[in-house]
Amino acid sequence: MINRNPQLDANRALTHLLTTEGLPAAILLQILDTAETFMGVTEREVKKVPLLRGKSIFNLFFEPSTRTRTTFEIAAKRLSADVINLNIAVSAQSKGETLLDTVNNLSAMHADMFVVRHSQSGAAHLIARHVQPGIHVINAGDGRHAHPTQALLDMFTIRHYKKEFHNLRVAIIGDILHSRVARSQIHALTTLGVPEVRVIAPKTLLPRQVERLGVRVYHDVRSGLQDVDVLMMLRLQKERMQGAYLPSPEEYFKYYGLTPEKLALARPDAIVMHPGPMNRGVEIDSEVADGHQSVILPQVTYGIAVRMAVMAILAGSQSGDSL
Amino acid sequence: MRIHIQNGRLIDPGNRVDAVRDIYIADGRIQSIDAPPAGFHADRVIDASHLVVCPGLIDLSVRLREPGLEYMATLESEMSAAVAGGVTRFACPPDTDPPLDEPGLVEMLKHRARNLNQAHVYPIGALTQGLKGEHLTEMVELNDAGCIVFGQPNALPKNLRVLMQAMQYAATFGFSVWLSPQDIHLAYDGVAHDGEVATRLGLPAIPVCAETIAIANIVLLAKETHVCIHLCRISSAEGLAMVRAAKQQGLKITCDVSINHIHLSDMDIGYFDSNCHMIPPLRSSSDRDALRAGLIDGAIDAICSDHAPVDDDAKLLPFGQSEIGATGVELLLPLTLKWGFEMKRPLVETLAAITCKPAGILGINAGHLAPDTAADICIFDPEDYWKVTPSALLSQGKNTPFLGMQLPGKVRYTLVNGNIVYESSIS
Repeated sequence: MINRNPQLDANRALTHLLTTEGLPAAILLQILDTAETFMGVTEREVKKVPLLRGKSIFNLFFEPSTRTRTTFEIAAKRLSADVINLNIAVSAQSKGETLLDTVNNLSAMHADMFVVRHSQSGAAHLIARHVQPGIHVINAGDGRHAHPTQALLDMFTIRHYKKEFHNLRVAIIGDILHSRVARSQIHALTTLGVPEVRVIAPKTLLPRQVERLGVRVYHDVRSGLQDVDVLMMLRLQKERMQGAYLPSPEEYFKYYGLTPEKLALARPDAIVMHPGPMNRGVEIDSEVADGHQSVILPQVTYGIAVRMAVMAILAGSQSGDSL
Repeated sequence: MRIHIQNGRLIDPGNRVDAVRDIYIADGRIQSIDAPPAGFHADRVIDASHLVVCPGLIDLSVRLREPGLEYMATLESEMSAAVAGGVTRFACPPDTDPPLDEPGLVEMLKHRARNLNQAHVYPIGALTQGLKGEHLTEMVELNDAGCIVFGQPNALPKNLRVLMQAMQYAATFGFSVWLSPQDIHLAYDGVAHDGEVATRLGLPAIPVCAETIAIANIVLLAKETHVCIHLCRISSAEGLAMVRAAKQQGLKITCDVSINHIHLSDMDIGYFDSNCHMIPPLRSSSDRDALRAGLIDGAIDAICSDHAPVDDDAKLLPFGQSEIGATGVELLLPLTLKWGFEMKRPLVETLAAITCKPAGILGINAGHLAPDTAADICIFDPEDYWKVTPSALLSQGKNTPFLGMQLPGKVRYTLVNGNIVYESSIS
């Protein structure tokens, strides 16, 4: 049995970022605060600090992704690290190399950090358990399990617009069952003290006993959105739009898609978030996505600062202030 | 060889005997118990003081990985592991590559096993060709080759009409049918129990109804066909309640549980421990507690190891991609004893679950100690706790969630047909 929290070292400092579950609020806040210090960096003309100079960061993407991989790459480059992108989905694994063999080979090339995306839940944990000491692992999404940097940038966005967590009502809407983003959001929100987290979805898209994660379950979007401060939309995968989870994207949009009328049920100053890429007309109406309550594009911007913060903290350098 | 086992605590669950008795063995058979036969001179005297002497253990599921999967384990390694665990007879599931669906494969396996002169092997014949659930196997031919029961491991055939016909055909010849109660569509891509743990870990889940719906189908078809049914590896409290009800209706149905499921729950998966990747999945702690109690009231008939040696590489993968199963034949006795101690059961009742009861399910005359029966005997120290480590296991599979645990029950001697096939160095 493996019981020790694999994300923390003996001094209970962050050594890998694998999931938001089980991380103390102090560490989540440390990441958000550090990200604040990097916001200045991303806005100045020379968008670079030398914190990770000489470090090699490997983007290991076993599952295709453009957006997340790009934001990690930008974050690493702004910290002056060397970035190597590996699209393993079409290289080693197709030649039969195992996940750990790939990782061991790259470790032998003196990697300092791995950013890992994989279609299987637990892949990042497996890698973290087997890398040599001193190598850090960042989970950039594993199966349905976790996507901690997405959740952290969401927390950063919420704090930016709402200042506090302890007085908020947050709703997560969509395919909770298959969503690593939703799981990481739920743990981050509850850890940071959000008193009411709601999940809104049809029963086919909710995992069993999800209420044990500390959320209130709604199937009816209208009652679920009542008086909400933050709406976190989830992407609906194409293959789930038709079949046995849902009958059609049209019916989904009719009952769960976020339209201006449904948004009006939330608090007037509510913000709308989406991890991207959006399916306009499926989970969200364009009028809402582009409307004044939408903070979807700022999320992307903050994502870079948050990923810089995670990398800097893992590498042991914590602040951009003095640079 | 003539062997005299002296001063041992003889426990024979089938005959409800628990007393200090000597056993006298010659010509591979037990000659007498308690008093020596006239003119008996032992070639070897085994001092069993402070040790338990019981029938050789019977395990209802040991995967030898032959034919076809020798990279995981070989007949030699797993047969040695079995006798080191005190197991003298075991059934092996037909999910080899190719499956045990042809008499030639079964004869070869029996022949290879016999030549090793260790435990007795009972291959479970495939119920359908290639285990595909479409065409029946030549059950009578397979029976001639050595299969005494027929099974469809891991999940029910998709086509219930084929299953019904397989049951009818097996019933015609008096063969019992061993089924794994799992609905293949409801289990789908699941790798863990559908509960809080799978939800947290984002693991595709197998609902309890995958088991209960399969049991309901099996029970209804068993009523229709009057075949003897054995359910392999029950995992849920609800499924168990259905078996209990079927038994009360007088159906010829038995079931077993694995050593893993009476001690572990989905919580033990922890941070994706692939050693806990099993089918059926480890379910909730209340399911586990129901299984532990079900063994006492007789709803569950036997405990088996569900031995599945896996090579290390196949476990060093993300949970959902890792190979299913755990090594276990050497842990059958320790984990059964642990259950018995924790439930405060008399040793004679605890041992029934791995001796006379599985013998009854297999329909063989074994699992008890009586004059003029084969001298298959396990001698062990119930007080000796040992640590489960890769080097302590003879099986080629070192994968088990119990690694690192201290478990009771160290086998000292194993006898098959009156031969000492395993003898441990006294620690």
